[in-house]
Amino acid sequence: MTVQTVIASQVVAAPRMVALVGNPNAGKTSLFNALTGARQKVGNYPGVTVERKAGKLALPNGDSIDLIDLPGTYSLTPRSPDEQVTRDVVLGTAAHERQPDAIVVVIDATNLRNHLRFVLELRRLGLPMLVALNMVDLAERDGTQIDIAELSTILGLNVIPTVAVRRRGLSELGAALVPLLAVPAGSVTPPAADIRLLQREARSIAAAVTVQAGSARRWSQRLDALTLHPVAGPLLLAALLFLMFQGVFSLAETPMQALATLVSTLQVQVAALLPDGWLRSLLADGVLAGVGSVVVFLPQILILFFFILCLEQSGYMVRAAFLMDRLMARVGLNGRAFIPLISSFACAIPGIMATRTIDAPRDRLTTILIAPLMTCSARLPVYAIVIAAFIPATKVGGLFNLQGLVLFGLYAFGVIGALVAAWVLRRTVTKGATPTFLMEMPKYQWPQPRDIGIGLWQRAWAFLARAGTIILASTMALWALASWPGPPANADRSALEYSIAGKIGSVLEPIFRPIGFNKEIALALVPGMAAREVAVSALGTVYALQGTDADHAQGLVSKLRGTWSLPTALAFLAWYVFAPQCISTLAVTRRETNSWRWPAFMFGYLFGMAYVAAGLTYWLSRWALG
Amino acid sequence: MAMNIGIAALLPGEIVTITAIDRDGVDPVTAQRLHEMGFDEGVDVELLHRAPLGDPIAVRVGNMTVALRKSLAALIQVDAKA
Repeated sequence: MTVQTVIASQVVAAPRMVALVGNPNAGKTSLFNALTGARQKVGNYPGVTVERKAGKLALPNGDSIDLIDLPGTYSLTPRSPDEQVTRDVVLGTAAHERQPDAIVVVIDATNLRNHLRFVLELRRLGLPMLVALNMVDLAERDGTQIDIAELSTILGLNVIPTVAVRRRGLSELGAALVPLLAVPAGSVTPPAADIRLLQREARSIAAAVTVQAGSARRWSQRLDALTLHPVAGPLLLAALLFLMFQGVFSLAETPMQALATLVSTLQVQVAALLPDGWLRSLLADGVLAGVGSVVVFLPQILILFFFILCLEQSGYMVRAAFLMDRLMARVGLNGRAFIPLISSFACAIPGIMATRTIDAPRDRLTTILIAPLMTCSARLPVYAIVIAAFIPATKVGGLFNLQGLVLFGLYAFGVIGALVAAWVLRRTVTKGATPTFLMEMPKYQWPQPRDIGIGLWQRAWAFLARAGTIILASTMALWALASWPGPPANADRSALEYSIAGKIGSVLEPIFRPIGFNKEIALALVPGMAAREVAVSALGTVYALQGTDADHAQGLVSKLRGTWSLPTALAFLAWYVFAPQCISTLAVTRRETNSWRWPAFMFGYLFGMAYVAAGLTYWLSRWALG
Repeated sequence: MAMNIGIAALLPGEIVTITAIDRDGVDPVTAQRLHEMGFDEGVDVELLHRAPLGDPIAVRVGNMTVALRKSLAALIQVDAKA
């Protein structure tokens, strides 16, 4: 590139910026997705965990503008970090975002009077703006007729009817932006408005432009009669969750096996291509084994997010929160915490990411802190091997399998632990008043394939980016700890014992001895930090087992039987219910809370709980077994 | 005879008019949020659903369905025919 073209591109750089603003449930994100397609940049506003979504839009006059999708909000009075971002950007006081040149207010044609109130509040700012009257098809279906010309005259703003999900009105919207951007934006008047006056004005405008009022939302109300029914509602919720878990565990099985095979094939390839040495070990045993063990969960995470996105976009999520609010309120949480916690049964990472829907910061933090107590699928391999080794497969009461009962008990133990932890946390660390449960129940809508697809793509990318950075770095660090220094030539014990990780294990051993853990367990806990199920392979390494994974499992079961006492095995299971043994969870907590303080706290309190639970289990079972 | 009761005490399907909102009974942010959800003096409301344990409740206000806890709903007074 020559110097001239650099200068030229700088002159035409800084394209105009238009922000989409609107109430939640106005269909703003659908409109944004329809306008920008998959060419979106998703990031975070610095210092807060609020998503920043930006895309490009080509106008009919050939200009390309930046379009940003601001978080949905009911007014410019912020109640959550998301709403604060919207306020700051619109007012031009955001530190990391320039002021938009124009704003597009997205409003729901089926809920005119409430959405118009926000239009009136925004209009007082004096920014160039236009109104996207979205979901006009739904208003027509309800039998509502709106005089759009009259609405435009009263507001003094251009009003464009749109149907985002059918891509109607998009080109008209683009065309209307051209004259709007021709005038430079003046300075913004900070809003000072009595909401009740705006409400009244909005109601009278809505009444004036509604030519014919339809009977609103017949379908939504009929569905609610079922979904919110005191008996049928909870049963339907349970059935949906059952379906979700079936989906997560059965549909994900094949792709997960394929990914695992891919990882081991790559390991073999690396072993074949590289000479024996530290580089080969780093790539095969460090990078591929470590990152591979986390990436294997991608299918489960995507299927889980598919369900969550469908529940969110259909409008059912708020209904689930409504049904569960009373129970969650007893431990100081809010109905919205329910779905993130349920998701954590598959994996705490998507669960913690899903807490972004909780607008009260303290509720959200509490939910993040207890999410790892929901037994995630990575703990299953650990449970499975210890249960297989120590719990006899006898029938209890002629009906239940004892092994199955123990597994169920471990899950229940985790849930009870989470509820107790929430109760205690809300009275201590995350103490303080939280906003009450007050939510709009949006009308039901079919989830749109485009919106689901874009949402899934963004989440998959976020997960892989994390696996590629922080998880990669930490697994490499763990590999280094477990590989250096190498064993001497006449080594009679496993290589792990000579390494730094082995030394750490020896230091840790006295700490774990009182709760019944032997040196081998203490050793396995260190590499087990990478991901919970890595503890199984680490135990295999410690007991110096050779052979394939399948042989491993068989060999390990008999080895454990020979070396562990039953109280030790039970204590190990109890430890794993609470153990903070996954670096990825701590990393995602760091990202979502934007500080090292909370992952450190999470590690500390989970360690304490695991220690006490394992200790109690050990001593009580020793006493009980004589 | 007309009397003032909170919306939580309504029967499902009853359509009544809001007479007063006790804005001092709650923090200013929540009071503002009630108005953002469409509650206001003179607006019609209807009780739609109660959650399984009786709390929270869902009401229709204007064209919106809003879920809220009974403690908050008690601050919204309506004119009910006794």
